[in-house]
Amino acid sequence: MIEFKNVTKMYGSNVGVENIDITIEKGEFVFLVGPSGAGKSTFIKLMLKEIEADEGTITVADREVTSLSNRLVPQHRRNIGIVFQDFRLLPKKTVFENVAFAMEILHAPRKVIKKQVPLMLSLVGISSKANQYPHQLSAGEQQRVAIARAIVNNPPVLIADEPTGNLDPDTAEEIMNILQTINNRGTTIVMVTHAKDIVDRMGKRVVAINKGKIVRDAEGAYREDD
Amino acid sequence: MIRAFGYTIKQAFVQLFRNKNMSTASVFSITAMMLILGLFFMLVVNVNLLASSAEDQFDSIEVYLLDEVTQEKAEEMLEEIEDFDGVARAYYMSKDDAMEEMKSRWGENAYLLDGLVDNPFPASIIITATDLSVEGDIVDQLEGMEGIEDIKYYQEMVGKILSITNYIQTGALILIGILIIVSIVVVSNTIKLTVHARAQEINIMKYVGATNWFIRGPFLVEGIIIGILSSVISAGIVGFAYYQFVESFQQRLLILFSSGMVPFEFIMINLIIIFVAIGISIGALGSILSMRRFLDT
Ligand SMILES: Nc1ncnc2c1ncn2[C@@H]1O[C@H](COP(=O)(O)OP(=O)(O)OP(=O)(O)O)[C@@H](O)[C@H]1O
Ligand SMILES: [Mg+2]
Repeated sequence: MIEFKNVTKMYGSNVGVENIDITIEKGEFVFLVGPSGAGKSTFIKLMLKEIEADEGTITVADREVTSLSNRLVPQHRRNIGIVFQDFRLLPKKTVFENVAFAMEILHAPRKVIKKQVPLMLSLVGISSKANQYPHQLSAGEQQRVAIARAIVNNPPVLIADEPTGNLDPDTAEEIMNILQTINNRGTTIVMVTHAKDIVDRMGKRVVAINKGKIVRDAEGAYREDD
Repeated sequence: MIRAFGYTIKQAFVQLFRNKNMSTASVFSITAMMLILGLFFMLVVNVNLLASSAEDQFDSIEVYLLDEVTQEKAEEMLEEIEDFDGVARAYYMSKDDAMEEMKSRWGENAYLLDGLVDNPFPASIIITATDLSVEGDIVDQLEGMEGIEDIKYYQEMVGKILSITNYIQTGALILIGILIIVSIVVVSNTIKLTVHARAQEINIMKYVGATNWFIRGPFLVEGIIIGILSSVISAGIVGFAYYQFVESFQQRLLILFSSGMVPFEFIMINLIIIFVAIGISIGALGSILSMRRFLDT
């Protein structure tokens, strides 16, 4: 589903990522870990084609990202749902509208939107708050809305950049359960995190990056020396 | 397609209202620009008409004949003149013809001429030259002829009018250009504010895979609405002012220039077409410019 072949990205003389080689299969759930400045965000931005690789090729959902023309970038982004640490909901839209927004952008018919959005809201367990505004919600609830928005168009890949960073442990666990549910439906998930306990408990594939290089790629736990 | 269009239009209006103050301010400033622009437009159009009517009206040489010259003598002179170099056409105008022509030119005020006991207008031969520049040569030849009281020609005056009109036109065009650029900057600043207010939304749109045109659409329409609003308002004001002006000065001007002023209907139709076209371009350009940096991925 996701493949990096010998990918290097430099920021001037700063290393973003260097000679990254990795394959992530369809339906996998992968943690991307590493210290601050390791290159995790760079990895994600490369996938989204927010930045261009200097060398190597990147493929996401059978589409070669590195050679993609700018015109096709929007198409490519539709294959990737994204969730951020800070939720990034639109404050003036209700929960329903925030999720519907992602479908409107793709010109989905009103009828389809009216069916699909409640489905997603119930999947993330927030149906009862459909008509509330983000500021009326707890942090955990806001993150649920953000997740619903990320998956409403059924992207094959979901990226979560520290989705539990702003949440207390119990709420974080709820969010992880939702991500697991989504992963069970077949969505490939790449999650960037610093949360050792979560990584340990989930027992998934862990890719550790340091100074732009993959230093470990194994099933199981987060290790301090990563 | 239609759905996308509906979304775009709706968003544009939502944005306009959310930024009420800024939208109003830019409509006002662009209207102000366009009023000035309209002023120049009317000036240029009328100066143009004046210039071409001056060319038509004054491209002739009027040869006034002494009262003792008989009609037959005048016909002979006419034939002689028609053979001069540079004469395109020439005709004889009797004293009565001259009176009639003056009456028709004075229009409503023609009754003033009825009070005259003797017809004061001399008979004349009116010569049309092939070109303004040869008028001098024709006059030189006329000076050798008998029975002429006076020769009137306007070579220098017409030349001056034409060169002044040229200056006015060039000046007005430069000013119009500057005004348009200023208007584009005004719109682009307004849109920039909306773009900033919606930066987060745009960012999310990009992540969800909205195309640049989809993101740009509402801003483009917003700019165009601002442009059209301003152009309709200013065309209305300029048109009204012009109508009033024509109503009160037309009669007096007609005595000076047979052409009078460019008709209101002509000005109005063109004003609306030109203003709306300029308004749309200003709005569209302004919004595209303000978003250019924003949409670079
Ligand atoms: N726009 C940029 N210009 C210059 N250097 C950059 C830029 N973005 C990132 N870097 C550098 O690239 C390296 C990797 O940064 P990146 O943001 O990918 O780290 P990260 O793993 O996401 O860190 P964090 O956990 O703090 O988010 C760092 O050394 C950083 O300073
Ligand atoms: Mg980062």
